[in-house]
Amino acid sequence: MARALINVPQKSKRGEIIEIKTLMSHPMETGFRPGMDGQLIPRDIIEKFVCTYNGEVVFSAQLHPAITANPFISFTTIATDSGTLVFSWTDNKGETQVQTASIQVE
Amino acid sequence: MNRLAYLVVIGIALPAFAQDARKSGFDFMGPDTQAMQKDDLANPGMLSVLEGEALWKANAGTSQKSCASCHDDATQSIKGVAARYPAFDETTQAPLDLAGRIIQCRTERQGAPAPQREGRELLALTSYVAHQSRDLPIAPPKDARLASTRAQGAALYSTRMGQLNFSCAQCHDDNAGGHLGAAPIPQAHPTGYPLYRLEWQALGSLQRRFRNCLSGMRAEPIAAGSKEAIALELFLMERAAGIHLETPAVRP
Ligand code: HEC
Repeated sequence: MARALINVPQKSKRGEIIEIKTLMSHPMETGFRPGMDGQLIPRDIIEKFVCTYNGEVVFSAQLHPAITANPFISFTTIATDSGTLVFSWTDNKGETQVQTASIQVE
Repeated sequence: MNRLAYLVVIGIALPAFAQDARKSGFDFMGPDTQAMQKDDLANPGMLSVLEGEALWKANAGTSQKSCASCHDDATQSIKGVAARYPAFDETTQAPLDLAGRIIQCRTERQGAPAPQREGRELLALTSYVAHQSRDLPIAPPKDARLASTRAQGAALYSTRMGQLNFSCAQCHDDNAGGHLGAAPIPQAHPTGYPLYRLEWQALGSLQRRFRNCLSGMRAEPIAAGSKEAIALELFLMERAAGIHLETPAVRP
């Protein structure tokens, strides 16, 4: 079971630049490493990360095999309205994990 | 005051002023790695702590009891426990490390399968338990029954081993503060375990760290949970008495 730590300011002023930090629990197994039995460990990586803010994409990233386990992604956006941020991580098998956070803008 | 009394007063006062030259591995790290450890929302070790919290509250084994069924709120009941381990175990009449105690509770009291050393479940539970002692000073128990094993650990620490014929003390006492290649050599205080090591890309135990150094020395790694591993751990905890715990620490 994977889980994520997300840091979004709970309250913000309209027009302010806010920093968002996410830390996702994931092995980011490259697919290039042999295991104890000499066989390659199958690739298991997150390929896509997307953050939407009230439905609009404000940040997205493509991830590749050389990226660390438990990827930490931080970015900034502008606080426009109160609402919800939705974070999604999609792996190379097409499975997506979603988490949300809310923000209050005054 | 006569002269003798005066000397006694100085003798007692001096150690309090003498500066403690001991430093946690934290102090040898770069500012960015320190920042990563200090921010609970950037410290990857916290993912394990969170997982451990969920496991703490979940029923397990034939008893269908959770850790919390007996220990209740870990933030109160388990506070300070990790700072006192390894401890003497009455049932086996031998010193036991924290992970060993958790395995014992899992199997004997919860009736669950024994979690694997260095496995995800045991690391998560151990890091959750040890996290409850964060910022508390290491306080080894004053139990005379631990003395012989601790002495064995001290001997192991200063014995030359392996093809490179190094002892732990040669690096961690004689050359602490220097470098091995690009890596600063710390004083080997077990302050942050289980900890997230960037090189491992994962959380690992103190005993994994021992195996890491031992294989670097081209010496035979000591098995997890073995008497030697617990002896080394006992000695290092005594040597670090009073330094604060950091679990989950981050190390390069
Ligand atoms: C050749 C030098 C060398 C020897 C010998 C050596 N170590 Fe280490 N040890 C290191 C270095 C270097 C690090 C730090 C690694 C890093 O950060 O990349 C380290 C790290 C550690 C740590 C981690 C400290 C922390 O802050 O978490 C412990 C504990 C430790 N060693 C214990 C031992 C023990 C026990 C032995 C003997 C069995 C030993 N070491 C032998 C070089 C050595």
